[in-house]
Amino acid sequence: MMLSAAEWAIVALSLRIALVATLLSLPFAIWIAWLLARREFFGKSMLNIIVHLPLVLPPVVTGYALLLLFGNQGPLGALFETFFGITFAFRWTGAALAAAIMGFPLIVRAIRLGFEAVDQGLEKAAATLGASRNAVFVRVTLPLITPALLTGAVLGFAKAMGEFGATITFVASIPGESETLPSAIYTLLQVPGGEANALRLIAISVVVSVLALAISEWLARRAIKRVAGL
Amino acid sequence: MSLEVDLQSTLGAFKLDIQLRAGQGATVIYGRSGSGKTSLINAIAGLSVPQNGCITLNDQTLFDAQKGVNLPVHQRRIGYVFQDARLFPHLNVADNIDFGARYAEGPLSVKQRDTVIEMLGIGALLQRRPAALSGGEKQRVALGRALLSTPRLLLLDEPLAALDVQRKQEILPYFERLRAEGGPPMIYVTHDMSEIVRLADNLCVLRNGKSVAQGTAEDVLANPANMKLIGVQDAGALITGVVDHHADDGLSGIRLSAGMLFAPRMNVAVGTSVRIRIRAQDVILSQSEPKGMSSQNVLKAKITAIEEGVSSGFAIALNAGTDRLLARITARALSQMELKVGQCVWAVLKANAMPPSAIAPS
Repeated sequence: MMLSAAEWAIVALSLRIALVATLLSLPFAIWIAWLLARREFFGKSMLNIIVHLPLVLPPVVTGYALLLLFGNQGPLGALFETFFGITFAFRWTGAALAAAIMGFPLIVRAIRLGFEAVDQGLEKAAATLGASRNAVFVRVTLPLITPALLTGAVLGFAKAMGEFGATITFVASIPGESETLPSAIYTLLQVPGGEANALRLIAISVVVSVLALAISEWLARRAIKRVAGL
Repeated sequence: MSLEVDLQSTLGAFKLDIQLRAGQGATVIYGRSGSGKTSLINAIAGLSVPQNGCITLNDQTLFDAQKGVNLPVHQRRIGYVFQDARLFPHLNVADNIDFGARYAEGPLSVKQRDTVIEMLGIGALLQRRPAALSGGEKQRVALGRALLSTPRLLLLDEPLAALDVQRKQEILPYFERLRAEGGPPMIYVTHDMSEIVRLADNLCVLRNGKSVAQGTAEDVLANPANMKLIGVQDAGALITGVVDHHADDGLSGIRLSAGMLFAPRMNVAVGTSVRIRIRAQDVILSQSEPKGMSSQNVLKAKITAIEEGVSSGFAIALNAGTDRLLARITARALSQMELKVGQCVWAVLKANAMPPSAIAPS
């Protein structure tokens, strides 16, 4: 099955959006997961709810909220435009932001479970050997949660690849800019006689998803083995 | 090295009130589970924060509740060997033992590292993962890891408790060697008397969160007043002697200041100084010199103290030559024999009361 240039562009754009969304949200997800797993502070349950909101809200609501906040007229949108020169509205960056927000709760949940599973006795042992808090985190905690990090990253990536509702509400579906695989499939299905082309894209999305899952399984198994000391 | 601890904490109904002074050599903290042993060494390591008190090591204040000083764990340079080893599962043995090297004071020479590896016999394990090690191997690696972080003080929290008897006997010599070869000072927590006879220079007894007795191991164990603290089953004094000969009939002769003692044959060379723990309940007292008895071990001794113990027993402190003995007799025996302080008696010891685990080179 040969892909046309237009189809390739859609696949490449989807992959780029999903990758950027996953990689950029990982550090924040690690931080939030650590706060939720290890810290007690005022407003912790509030933070937990906010993080989980995208999971329970209708995606179109999240997309609309993003439009209000990060649109050209939105307070945060204007801020990013002025200070970083980044525009979100109707751009691939906006699609990546939407994908990141939608995948965030999944990533946080996976990593939080990882933190909770770490034997804190090992961290204490590392401290008695002279490692500062940061060193303990980098040399003991992070390596021990790699399976959870991988699981979280793959879940986030898969969610980003499939994200539709929030993305199309926030950045529409502009070919070459914000037209991802799902939104392209949706657009084709709206056109009479577009099913054949839609099917090709559907096949591609199935292949990409299966590949991602297979790779993640393999990586996670290796990581679990390593962490278990085998 | 000098460590001074004075701490108070209240955890629900449990009150901790411990004073401890420790110097060179091995200081054993003895007590039953729940007596506060682990709380004490966690406070020394900085893993827990006492509510009140202060801890100083070599004139450096590690903790002072009043002044608000609490040096973080990683800056204390106090090694800790945990009961459950706590090796890092994602690192092999070599990376485990080298974990603390980069934080150690001054660079660690290759020779020092090799010495520790050789002493602990872990050279063949270096490339293995912790999951592939036996319990005894794990503890040896954990000890090596702590030593290679060049600690000023080594804390050991019942390092042998998770091992079976055979493994214990395998590991104990490494701790003995460490003590004999001038390793760092040790605070060694245990509830096993046989580890005390082999390791303890000093002894601190904890009971219900309080430090109730401390001093040299000999002094603490020979004090009849301490019998109820240590427990009737475990109480007993330490005596010292020199291995005199190994007889053909399976006994070894040990020369004491007050005479010859025969114990089941042991695996140490003639001329070695040994320390023997004689449990108080294995000592029988006789007013006249016993003749025609199966026991080979009769020592003439003088009563120095009589202390009432628990459950209608009495603790009798004795001097035999320069050694001190402790005997436990019933109240009835005490009144029938009319024992008094200053009186001379014969102490009868069964050879079987001195198993190899109660005898250690000193």
